[in-house]
Amino acid sequence: MNLINRVWQSSLGKKYIMALTGCALFFFLIGHLLGNLQVFGQPELINTYAHFLKSKPGLLWGARLGLLACVGLHILAAVQLTAMNKEARPQGYAGGSAYGASKASQYMIVSGLVILAFVVYHLAHFTALLPGVNGTGDFRKLTTVLHGQTVPDVYAMMILGFQVWWVVAFYLIAQWMLFNHLGHGLASMFQSLGLRNHVWWPRVQGFAKLASIGIFIGYAIIPVAIFLRIVGADYAEKAKHQFSQSSPPAATLIAEVNGKEAK
Amino acid sequence: MKVTLKVWRQKNANTPGGFKTYSSPDLNENMSFLEMLDVVNEELANKGEEPIAFDHDCREGICGTCSLVIDGKPHGPHQGVATCQTYMRSFKNGDEIVIEPFRAKAFPLIKDLVVDRAAFDRIQHAGGFISVRTGAAPDANSIPVPKENADLAMDAAQCIGCGACVAACKNASAMLFVAAKVSHLGLMPQGQPERYKRVKAMVDQMDAEGFGGCTVTGSCEAVCPKEISLDFIARMNRDYGVALLKGEPKAMEGGGVG
Amino acid sequence: MATLNSNIPAGPLASKWEKHKFSTKLINPANKRKYKIIVVGAGLAGASASATLAELGYEVHNFVFHDSPRRAHSVAAQGGINAAKNYQNDGDSVHRLFYDTIKGGDFRAREANVHRLAEVSVNIIDQCAAQGVPFAREYGGLLDNRSFGGAQVSRTFYARGQTGQQLLLGAYSALNKMIGAGGVKSYTHAEMLDLVVVDGHAKGIIVRNLQTGEITRHSGDAVVLATGGYGNVYNLSTYARGSNVTASWRAYKRGACFGNPCYTQIHPTCIPVSGDYQSKLTLMSESLRNDGRVWVPKRKEDCKKRPQDIAEEDRDYYLERMYSAFGNLAPRDIASRAAKTVCDEGRGIGETGLGVYLDFSAAINRLGEAKVRERYGNLFAMYHEITNESAYQTPMRIYPAVHYTMGGLWVDYNLMSNVPGLFVLGEANFSDHGANRLGASALMQGLSDGYFVLPATISGYLATQNPGKRPAADAAAFKEAEENVQTLTKRLLGNKGKRTPDSFHKELGKLMWEYCGMARNKAGLEKGIKAIGELREEFWKNVSVLGEAGEWNQSLERAGRIADFIELGELMCRDALMREESCGGHFREEYQYTPDDPETKQGLVNPGDVKRRDDQFAFVSAWEYAGAPDKAPILNKEPLVYEEVHMSTRSYK
Repeated sequence: MNLINRVWQSSLGKKYIMALTGCALFFFLIGHLLGNLQVFGQPELINTYAHFLKSKPGLLWGARLGLLACVGLHILAAVQLTAMNKEARPQGYAGGSAYGASKASQYMIVSGLVILAFVVYHLAHFTALLPGVNGTGDFRKLTTVLHGQTVPDVYAMMILGFQVWWVVAFYLIAQWMLFNHLGHGLASMFQSLGLRNHVWWPRVQGFAKLASIGIFIGYAIIPVAIFLRIVGADYAEKAKHQFSQSSPPAATLIAEVNGKEAK
Repeated sequence: MKVTLKVWRQKNANTPGGFKTYSSPDLNENMSFLEMLDVVNEELANKGEEPIAFDHDCREGICGTCSLVIDGKPHGPHQGVATCQTYMRSFKNGDEIVIEPFRAKAFPLIKDLVVDRAAFDRIQHAGGFISVRTGAAPDANSIPVPKENADLAMDAAQCIGCGACVAACKNASAMLFVAAKVSHLGLMPQGQPERYKRVKAMVDQMDAEGFGGCTVTGSCEAVCPKEISLDFIARMNRDYGVALLKGEPKAMEGGGVG
Repeated sequence: MATLNSNIPAGPLASKWEKHKFSTKLINPANKRKYKIIVVGAGLAGASASATLAELGYEVHNFVFHDSPRRAHSVAAQGGINAAKNYQNDGDSVHRLFYDTIKGGDFRAREANVHRLAEVSVNIIDQCAAQGVPFAREYGGLLDNRSFGGAQVSRTFYARGQTGQQLLLGAYSALNKMIGAGGVKSYTHAEMLDLVVVDGHAKGIIVRNLQTGEITRHSGDAVVLATGGYGNVYNLSTYARGSNVTASWRAYKRGACFGNPCYTQIHPTCIPVSGDYQSKLTLMSESLRNDGRVWVPKRKEDCKKRPQDIAEEDRDYYLERMYSAFGNLAPRDIASRAAKTVCDEGRGIGETGLGVYLDFSAAINRLGEAKVRERYGNLFAMYHEITNESAYQTPMRIYPAVHYTMGGLWVDYNLMSNVPGLFVLGEANFSDHGANRLGASALMQGLSDGYFVLPATISGYLATQNPGKRPAADAAAFKEAEENVQTLTKRLLGNKGKRTPDSFHKELGKLMWEYCGMARNKAGLEKGIKAIGELREEFWKNVSVLGEAGEWNQSLERAGRIADFIELGELMCRDALMREESCGGHFREEYQYTPDDPETKQGLVNPGDVKRRDDQFAFVSAWEYAGAPDKAPILNKEPLVYEEVHMSTRSYK
């Protein structure tokens, strides 16, 4: 407890927390991206993956709680540090400010807040499957049959979800923010933990740049490809008719009870 | 050449301040920025107006007394020099120049452009030293120091303690200053015995003084008149982490012998 | 008349200091904490003394007018610090450093003091290295040295071009350690404005808080002044703008004698003056003369040409020509005067004709630009900032400027002035450099005084004072001194004149440079004394100081300091007039070697070199205040007795 206290009480300690939680979230982003990129394969591919995740509730919930803790700590530390930082400079300059600082570094809290808003939306969109937020229909009604089992049709949800222009726009804005956030945050992570010297700093910065570009492209091509009807246009037409059914089929209901996540 | 100055005037910390505009008399481009202020002040004084208060001393960029945020940048437009080494040739005839004090909660304003930077001293009191008594030193060549370490320590030790890093940082963070001090001593073999105790004490005092945290914007490095590198902040972060993991030393029983 | 007893211990020169340390009374550890010592200033001498005295157990109160003890102008010393370590195996020794320093000072310093300085020099390097001062190192990890003016061995330790800064930060860190430990109480923005003398002993000071204007009294068992030199009397100098003589001067007015005030050092390598607005001259380290060659054109008509266009055979490397043994490394006074001589001949360069070249092209050809950059990069960058010229491509333009004052308050071997209980350290005292200081010796002296000498000698005085019996700050003498300060402040603020304090400073500076500068003569000095006396009267009639007493008021600070400079300027001229000889930095035109002198014929000196008159002037002049600024001060003389060294003709040929 003493160590935790010492870490939390100091400004540097909070930066370590930000760096470590940020690092964990970065690894999640990579995993999540690899999962999602399966949308470029056959519909069964991503549906099998989603079903696999759902079938391991312990693992799933462990990961979810872990992620939630990381996000919570990351935000809490950020909020407290930001408050401290604001307090440290009660009066700004008239002649301009933050000389020599990149835009990304100055607006971490803004990009962070947009990303947070996006995460909330994203969870409502594809995890909680709230019908009112996706601009197309009730995702709970989308099911498919996989190895004789009726399972939620995650592929259809993605295809149909990303045919809505404003959803795609919001996703792209959020990815742009994430790109900026990571571009600065990934390098700062090494800086905050002191894991670099003058030799490694250019490499660390290069890595941050490449990784943030990679993450951006990876996440952005999914909605873009779908919106441009490059992926799954035919499948969408077939899936769409499920929206018009009066009540969700039993299998989808079961999925809902199990708390299915549309990975 | 002539310029217009928009200068922050404030009688003292308890009186609200504001900008006042002055037109300079004819200037020479070889004047230093502070000499320009001298000339403006002489003119003000001759008119019976109180001169603009600003801090300065050595006027050769080493004492760290001069400050000023000139057009939003601490120490003016040039890279790697202090305000006192900024020359009027860096400005154009007819320019409007905005001059403000260093702004930070930990640097309370004294008057006009003068702020109190005693917080830096207090950080140093907390641990900015190697505990060696006068007379107790071994021969200077008995401890070899690798040249690259000595050079790197010197890079950090060059810090003039002006506070521009704090003034530039959007968080008014003193990390570059403290990191320079910690790294200078931490890089020397003589500084090893107190290395972790020192970093802990100095960072904790820095936090207590009300400076902000580091968000790695790099503003500090960009305005530092000695161009001290962010590398040292990483170094300090590492040392502080080790100090945290080590924890406080075991309490010792007192008492003597005989 | 004051009584001046130098208290030089008896016995052979080399063992005086050891013997003296043994015979000096000690204070027992339990009593030390009952003594409170006031230290004014926190440059090399003040900070090192404060830290060391506190380590010994005394209660130390340190006062600086700066916002932090780290700002003192010691910070600006560039080149290095001498020590007789002989790490280079080039024949150095304590005796050689002693001899070089005595000779460099033109045989006008005290033998015993200088020898002690040389002895202690080796401990200073050890101490500083242990504090973590990042001295320059060789690849093997051991300390590097370079050579400096006035010496033929490499004994100068350095930290790039910022040796003073690093040594000061070392002393400041020692001070911080003791502030943190509670041994030193540090007062910043605290300017000493008067010395309190109780029953003939220095027992306190009056201080003005520059932030609030509050005047406070501080009593102590001893007062230590380490307040630096007074070169700003010339207005334009390499000193910091804030450097001033006020603490010393107020002590002088309380009875402390001022020693050798006319000995000023004009440094040969500064950036020339560019205009009337100028507030400060910038020094280019003497270390540059290791690799730079000084020259002017041989012919007047070449002076306006670009240096690149002047052929090698048309250049006059005058230092190499005149002083073949030391060449470009001739001591400062000699190099400065030589520059003045060639400029007076009309061969000066630059717009004003007051400048000479310092050329690195030979060094760049020999060593490569990278090596030159490694050695002097920061100095070249500084030169570029100021002049907008690159010294890698074109020679630097330099000219002499006021840099250091060898004179200062008179002290005995214990560094105590003639006022018991008042100790004076570093540049503020007169003691170790005679009539000229060698390069890299000021840092050595400041730290020697602070770390090693004062802590060993002060107990001798304190042992005569009862512990815990210092006068309280409400004693009559404190009240009188505080009133004196208040009166002065009121007088300055109430004096509704028409001229700014700075305008007087500029005028004083011009008078001093004209009449008491690099070359002095009887008629000029007499004129100077008269003009400065008139300036003093004009000051009190016509100065205008704006603002109030109870606030941050830079005009008030400056006005008080300038008033003191004016009085000091007069004293310097009187001293220079009295000293009818030339020695070191004091050059009286009437006393110089001519081509007919036997020394010139023997080739020891050049015509125009300084000519001492040992038979009449082998003494320290110690001036005593006569009670009012317009009364002629009283001259006291401390004869200089040389036991070991023979006062010879100083030759660098």
